[in-house]
Order: sequence, then C-alpha cells, then structure tokens
Amino acid sequence: MDTFLQQIINGLTLGSLYAIVALGYTMVYGIIQLINFAHGEVVMFGAMITLSVISAAAGSGLPPAAMILMGVAVAIPACMALGYLLERAAYRPLRKAPRLAPLITAIGMSIVLQQIALMIWSRNILSFPQILPVTLYEVAGASVSSLQIIIIGLCLVMMTGLAWIVYGSRLGTAMRATAENPEIARLMGVDVDRVIAMTFIIGAGLAAVAGLMVGIYYGLAHYTMGATLGLKAFSAAVLGGIGNIPGAMVGGILLGLVEALGAGYIGELTDLCGYSTLNFLFQSRCADGGNLVLFGSNYQDVFAFVVLILVLVFRPSGLLGERVADRA
Amino acid sequence: MSQANKYYSGLAVLILSLLVLPFALSAAGTAWVRITNLAILFVFLSLGLNIVVGFAGLLDLGYVAFYAVGAYVYALLASPHFGLHLPFWMILPIGAGLAALFGVLLGTPTLKLRGDYLAIVTLGFGEIVRIFLNNLSQPINITNGPRGITLIDPVRLGSISFGRSDQFFGLVLSGPMKYYYLLLLLLSLVIVVNLRLQNSRIGRAWEAIREDEMAARAIGINTTRIKLLAFAMGASFGGVAGGMFSAIQGFISPESFVLTESVMILSMVVLGGMGNIWGVVAGAVLLSFVPEMLRYTVVPLQMTLFSRIVIEPEVIRLLLFGLALVLMMRFRPAGLWPLRARQREFHKQAAIK
Amino acid sequence: MNVPIKALPLSVVAALVLLACGKEAPPPPPPAVAPAPPPPEVIKIGHVGPLTGGIAHLGKDNENGARLAVEEANAKGVEIGGKKVKFELLAEDDQGDPKVGTTVAQKLVDAKIVGIVGHLNSGVSIPASALYEQAGIPMISGSSTNPKLTEQGFKVTFRVVGRDDQQGPAVANYLLAEIKPKTAAVIDDATAYGEGLSNEVENTLKAAGVKVLPREKGTDKTADWKAVLTKLKGKKPDAVFYGGMDATGGPLLKQARELGIKAPFSFGDGACTDKMAELAGAAANGLLCSQAGVPVEATSKKFRDGYKAQFKIDPILYAPFTFDGVNILIEAMKKAGSSEPAKYLPELAKISHEGASGKIEFDAKGDRKDAEMTIFTMTGGKITPLAIVKSGKTVKFEDFIKAAAEAAAAAPAVPTPAAPAAAAPVAAPAAEVKK
Repeated sequence: MDTFLQQIINGLTLGSLYAIVALGYTMVYGIIQLINFAHGEVVMFGAMITLSVISAAAGSGLPPAAMILMGVAVAIPACMALGYLLERAAYRPLRKAPRLAPLITAIGMSIVLQQIALMIWSRNILSFPQILPVTLYEVAGASVSSLQIIIIGLCLVMMTGLAWIVYGSRLGTAMRATAENPEIARLMGVDVDRVIAMTFIIGAGLAAVAGLMVGIYYGLAHYTMGATLGLKAFSAAVLGGIGNIPGAMVGGILLGLVEALGAGYIGELTDLCGYSTLNFLFQSRCADGGNLVLFGSNYQDVFAFVVLILVLVFRPSGLLGERVADRA
Repeated sequence: MSQANKYYSGLAVLILSLLVLPFALSAAGTAWVRITNLAILFVFLSLGLNIVVGFAGLLDLGYVAFYAVGAYVYALLASPHFGLHLPFWMILPIGAGLAALFGVLLGTPTLKLRGDYLAIVTLGFGEIVRIFLNNLSQPINITNGPRGITLIDPVRLGSISFGRSDQFFGLVLSGPMKYYYLLLLLLSLVIVVNLRLQNSRIGRAWEAIREDEMAARAIGINTTRIKLLAFAMGASFGGVAGGMFSAIQGFISPESFVLTESVMILSMVVLGGMGNIWGVVAGAVLLSFVPEMLRYTVVPLQMTLFSRIVIEPEVIRLLLFGLALVLMMRFRPAGLWPLRARQREFHKQAAIK
Repeated sequence: MNVPIKALPLSVVAALVLLACGKEAPPPPPPAVAPAPPPPEVIKIGHVGPLTGGIAHLGKDNENGARLAVEEANAKGVEIGGKKVKFELLAEDDQGDPKVGTTVAQKLVDAKIVGIVGHLNSGVSIPASALYEQAGIPMISGSSTNPKLTEQGFKVTFRVVGRDDQQGPAVANYLLAEIKPKTAAVIDDATAYGEGLSNEVENTLKAAGVKVLPREKGTDKTADWKAVLTKLKGKKPDAVFYGGMDATGGPLLKQARELGIKAPFSFGDGACTDKMAELAGAAANGLLCSQAGVPVEATSKKFRDGYKAQFKIDPILYAPFTFDGVNILIEAMKKAGSSEPAKYLPELAKISHEGASGKIEFDAKGDRKDAEMTIFTMTGGKITPLAIVKSGKTVKFEDFIKAAAEAAAAAPAVPTPAAPAAAAPVAAPAAEVKK
C-alpha cells in the first residue's frame, strides 16, 4: 500500500510540473490556435537564468529563500521579454498565414533558442547549487519532501490565479473575446494585438516559474531540457483539451500519474512468469525467480503517448475540450 | 518541335552530367561520393514526406519512423543477426510494403484529427516506433536494442558486391560509386512516380483535401481512402530509403532515427517548396550539402580568426536550419521554388491582409 | 612526400643557424650549398574522435594523446626499413555521429593513411571499422568498449582499452566480494553503452547465485527516476547497479536516498566522474564505480609529464590509450621494416609493448589481453581509486601503486626526454638536421 501511495505522490509531483508548463501552451493555443513549440525553450531559459543568478549569489551568504527570490526576480521579466519578442518577431507577421506556417515557425524558433542557450550555457549538464534544505515527511509509510509539497501547492495557486485572470478580469474578457473572434473583438474596441502580446507575456512568466521549479526539484539544467519537458507538457495540454485551463491541469496530473503507475506496475502485470496458468510455457525462463517481462519501465514514454492517442481517437478535442466544429 | 528538341537535349545533358558526376567527385575523394549518396537518400525521404505534407497537407512529424522500419527490415533480413541473407531486390519491396502498412496503421486512428492534433500524434508515433526498436532486445532479442545491428550485407547483384571496388571495361568503380548509380536509378523511378501522381486523379484529390476537406468530401472524394493512400505512399518511399541506408552504412541503431531527423526532412520539404517536386529535390540537396560546406569553411575560418572554434559547425548548422524555417515562413512561405498553385494561394492571402 | 618544398628552406635555415653558432655543429659541417639530406618519408596516421558535440573535451583529450605520441616519435627520429621517416597525424572530427563517422573514415582512407587510432564512441567505431577493414588499414581504438567492435571477425580491428564485458564482471565481482548481495537491482539508460554494460553485470551476478530483479530502464535524458525507484524500494535489493552517464546517474542516486533506499549504488565508467558529487550532493558519498583501464594517476609519469608540458593541461580519460595506440602502430612498422599496412599488420597482432597504460598484448580477436579495471569510490566530492581488478584478481590501489613504483625503481632510471617544443612540426626537421 505504501508503494502505491508513494507512486501516487510521485505522479502528482511530476504531473504538477507538467501542468504548470501545459498552462502556457494552452493559453496561447486558446487565443490564437497556435502550438507554441518554443514554449518549452522559454521554460529552459527560465531554469538557466535562475541557475546563473543563484550560482552567482551562492557564495554571498544570503538565506536560500532570498537567493531564489532573486533568481525569480530576474528570470520572470527576462522570460516575459523573450515571450513578447517571440510573439512580436516570429508569430505576429504570420497571423493571417495558413495554419502550417506558424507551426513551422515555432519549430524553427525552438531550434534557434536551443542553440542560443547552448552557446551561452554550454553543452554540459549544469547542477543547481544545493541551497534548499529538503525536509522529508513520512505519510502512511510514503515519503514526501517539502519541495514536492511546494510544487503541488504552487501549481494549484497558479492555476487558480490564471483562471481568475481569464474568467474574472477585464483582460480575461478581452482575451476570451479575441479567442472567439478577433475581427469582432477589434470592432468592439479590444486592442487585439495588445491582448495577444499579454497572453504570450503571462505564459512566459508561468514558464519562468516552471523552469525554476523543475531546476530546483531535479537539481540540474541542460539546454535540451525544454524540448523533452515541453513535449510532455504539450501532450498533457492536448490530453486535457487544449485551450482549456482546467483541462491543462487535469491533463498534466493525469499524464504524471499514468507515467508513474505505468513505470511502477505495467512491468509486473506483463511479467509472463507472474501468471501461473502460463508458467508451463516458459518454465526454463521462469524457474528460480526468473522473469519474462514484456513491457517494463523502458516503455514509460510509450504509455504516455498511447494514452494520448487513445484519448484523441475517442475524444478528438481532449478530455475537457469543447467540441469545436471545425476551426481550421 | 524545336521546343521538344531543346527539352530533350537539356535532359540528355543532365543525364550525362549525372552519370559522370561520381568520377569527378572521386577525383576530390571517395568521401564526396558517399556524401552525395546520403544526399540522394534525403531526396528520397523528402519526396516521400512531400506526398503527405505537400500534396495532402497533413503535417507529419514522425516520418522518420518509416525510414526506421525500412532500415530495420533490411538489417534483419540481410545480416548475421538472424542468419538471413536475402537479396536486396527482395528486401526493398518488403521494406516498402511494411512501411506502407505502418503508414496505414498511423493514418487510420488519426483520420479525424486535423492540423495540430495530427502533428502531435504523428510525433508520438515516431517516438513509439523508436522506443520499441530500442527495447525489443528483451525478453526476446529481435532488434538487438540500442546496440544496433552490425555486419549488414552490402547490396549484391550476381557476383558483384557493392561493398568493394570492381573493374568494368577498364573503369574502376568503387563501392560508393556503384551505390550512386543504383540510387540514381531508384531516384529517377521515384521522381517519375511522383510526377505521374501529381497530375493524376489521386494527385488532384489530395490537392482538394489540402484545400478544403469538407468540400472535397462534398464533391464525392473518398477522403478516408485518399488520405490513407497518402500515408502509405509517403511511408513506402521512406521504407526504400531506409533499406538503402542500411546497406550503405552496414550498421544501424535506433540513434539514427530520432525526432531531429524528422524535423530535418520537414525542413527540406518546407525550404524547397511544399508540393513542388523539383523544389523539394533542390531543398534536400541544398540542406544535405550545407553541413559539409560548413565543415570546410566555418572551422578553418574560425581557426584563423580566433585560433579556436568559437561556434561549432553543428551549432551553426542547426541555427541556420532554425532561422531558415522562420525566415522562409515569414518571407517566402511557399518555399524557394514554390508550386504555382501554392503561390497563388499565398498571394491571395496577402491580398486579403 | 609533399613536404620537401617546406622542409628544404627550413633545413637551409637550420644549417645556417648551425654555422652561425659553429661550436655545436656536428663533426663535418655540411656546406650550405650541398644538397640537403633526403627529406624523410612522411607516414600519415589518422585519429578520429568527436571534436564538437557533447563529449568534445574527451575527443580532444584522445587526439592530444595521439598527437603527443606522434610528436615524440618525430623528435626522437624514427627509421623504418633503414629509411628516415616522419609521422603526420591527420585528426578529424566525427561529431560522435555514425553517419559522419563513416564519411570521415572514407576521407582518411582517401588520404592514404597507413593506420588509424580511434574512434571514440563504440557506436561510431563499429560502422567505421568496416571501411578500414575493406581498405586493409589497421585500426586501434583507445576508448570503444563495446564487445561487438572486435567480434566482427575483422583482421585489422584492435583496441587497447578494456571491453564492457570485462568491466561489467569487474564491478560485479567487487560487489560480490565486498557487499555480498542476495538480491540486486540493475538499471540502465537504454543506450548501447548502458545496456551492454548492465547485461554483463547482471550475468556475472546471476552466475554467482544472486537474484537479479527485472531490469528497469530510463533514457539518457531521464530526470525523474522516482517511479522506478519506488518500485525497487518495495523489492528491497541489497545492491543496485546503474549503467549510464553521470547526467542521469546523479539524479538517480539523489532521488534514491530521498526515497529512503539505503542499498549501496554502483556505476560504470560513464558515471565515474566528479560530476556525480555535484549532481547528487551528499548522496554521492560512498558510491562505487569502475573505469576501464588504469586511472590516469596510475599511468606512466613520463606520459603525464610529457602531456602536461605539451598541452598545458592534465590528461582527462583515455589519452594514455590513444598515446599507446600510436606508439604500437609505430613499433609494429619498425619491426616489420615497412609502413605498408599489409606488411606490418602481422607484427601488430603479436606485439608486446610496454606503454603508458601498462603492458599491451592482443588476443586473437584484437582485444587487449588482461585489461585492467579500476574500482573507485566517492569521498568528499572526488572519486578516488579503491582497487585494481586484473584477470579476476583484485589488488588494493595502494598496493598496485607501490608495486609499480618498486618495478620502476628496479629498472634503470630512464631520463624523461625533453618535452618537444610547442611548435613541433617546425622544430622536427630542424632537429633532424642537427643530428
């Protein structure tokens, strides 16, 4: 039982990280139907910038919390500027272009940003200075670290905050109007360009926080980290129904749980030696505590993608996605 | 008449120069013949992807999966791994067929998905295939996992092995040169098929789907069948390219079939001009030779300027690819050599704007 | 053979310099007008490794090792078959990519090299070896540990570094002797290196009667190991082995300790670096890991001093092995009296060479006989050697060093030849005239 609980905790933490990154994808998609492939790279820049700041401050004897705040204080504006720049220089000129064009631009930008990060921070894996003392708590035989609690909590806070912006603020009203129909929104006096730019800026701010959390939790940063994480987070956003804020949250957590439980249990479920009825077939392999595992933790990523494909086959617009007739 | 004459004499010059090319290249080093061979493989791949992305307008980010299927079919059927040594003319069709089957396998569940959703599912599909290839060494060793398959047979025609040099009528043909001629033959076949396809009923049906799927269905096009056909055709070209890659390299491992490779092939298609066969060929040739040119220019240049390598050629190559994608979409979204129909489309778009 | 144009004016200058300071001139000073001595035949040796990309620093280290050997040989002056020769190192970059690797290999074959030291990665060495085999050019890898390389039946393929299936048993035997596990877990990163090494460890442990849990896998980018580790925790293994690099091994170890797994962790050479301490923090202390070959600090002092003098940095990892690789090629050529690959290959196969990394002899496959393996542990943020494993026997590291020092003391002291000057290619012909 404690193993199961531990896996749930693992999945929740991983899922929360996915969810925070997924929020950025979903916001942008919700408003201009663009998959911002470069969002993962903004997360990576967030992690790299905080790492640089914290490393520079590590010797100063400041309390860890102050150093992290300093890191955030630099990373959030920097990432916001990057997000704005992306929108302004790469995506805005293409707003009227056919669907494929901005998508390919996004792939191109993601390659460019990765190479720039490589030139600034080198190819090496960089390790975060271990400044935060991690406290472990025992909960019903499973262990939870203080960092995990912060991550899950922060994820909830960010989602609530974002939901408030979108559904409760004036800016949010303008965003929803733009998402519904930019031309009409413009006629109603919404400054569409500004609203779209703001969406990118808020998304990039979230990315900076996500980068910080991922960096501190795993203790490392690398110029390719955004690509791997972005792919998963994007899948999470699609899973939950891209464009839908609670959907990103649900998708992220679900994906995290699928990965943790998949890696944790599918290996045992597909161990042919575990089924006494089949045992006679593989006696030589199974004798003496042997095993014949078909799908072990090596297929962890496959589980995630298979779940994604299945959901899309049966619900082409994701779990919580509205059934948009045909937006293309 | 003179028009036709001009066309044929032009064609004759082209064919002649392509036939003589490897001799000129081997004067500069057999390595260049090898580089050219790999470039031809990329032309293959780009033409295959062009059917899916360019003709039918379905964004496929997992195209490398079909390349991998073709490569592994060849490797498993012509290497000591299973002790099978089938001749290449048997394997290539099997590889193409199996790749086509995988194409249908990918196409079927994704028929209803459009644009972005399709992109992410195809991307996932490509990763799934790679992960399976990487892990099917246990519990039963099928692909030998990440360690890859070694000692793959070179192509053999009767007693002539493409793995070594031979003399024909006083001409010495090295292994890579023989591959060059074989690839050239296959390539002309692929190009002819592509040209025929483009102007056929099927080609027009693809175009109709690309422009407006609803309307295509309304005028009686069986969109399901036509879309699956695009996936299958595109995939089979990838399968053939994979088989040839196996034979030329003699060793393959899942490392060669990563997502970056898919993006690279997509770049070639986009750069050349989606849908335009000659544009795609030019795009693939251009992007295949760019890294080699960078190798010979960027490194020595930096060494003389700074006496060390400041920016690695690999970084410059990727930067250029990324920037090319961005700038192309911005300034020539229809590619360097766009399809005329496409050009019209983009023009119209601009006019509305 | 295309050096004369450059060498001629140089030797004239050298002769003039010698005349100017007449005291040092050799007995019959050659008149400046007399034809210069026949220019030495140039023999090209290739080296390939990744000079760009993720492990560019290791590729450069390998190249430096090979370059040092070439320059020392040129400074000393080598005669093959009674003719004076000069070696030239053609260094190329394979980016660690199999496709680039074969292209570059072809380029070196085109350039008519007579021997090649490289490549670095097994995944690149294997496809390239087929090309060298066709061309009949001997290849010695100083760092490719995948057993497959020498299992292809190629006559020209050699390696001076240990194989994964020698390293795996070494670390497994150390675990068996020191920790005596009943149940062990093996994890790998699903790469050729990680899986190959882990298979060897698993086989050795199983052969000794240890129960090995079903293999767990991540990827070479995995950062979150918690699901896999939680599953393992429930199985309570007494020891864990991970086949993979430090970038993934560090987080693995850290997360294992966070989850409260107390079993000792062991790693292969990919995670046998100081970086582990950075990535895993305090959790890294006490880890066990192995490296193929003797550690750099146990290689000959002559080599280390020469390297430092030449490149102003210390050798990192496999430089002693590429250094030995070049020297073995040269020695085989000297013995055969020819630099033709077909002629010196038989000599190469039966060579017995006292190199920087110890005594080198090849078995029938081209692998190094009795390759040594070193077991390390992590103390205070640095990996330190614990023991050397050779032919199944484990020797404590201090004893190994002591024995080596005694052997060195017993032999007549060899004065270290003056390190070649920095601008060696220019200095070399001048030095020859001086002789």
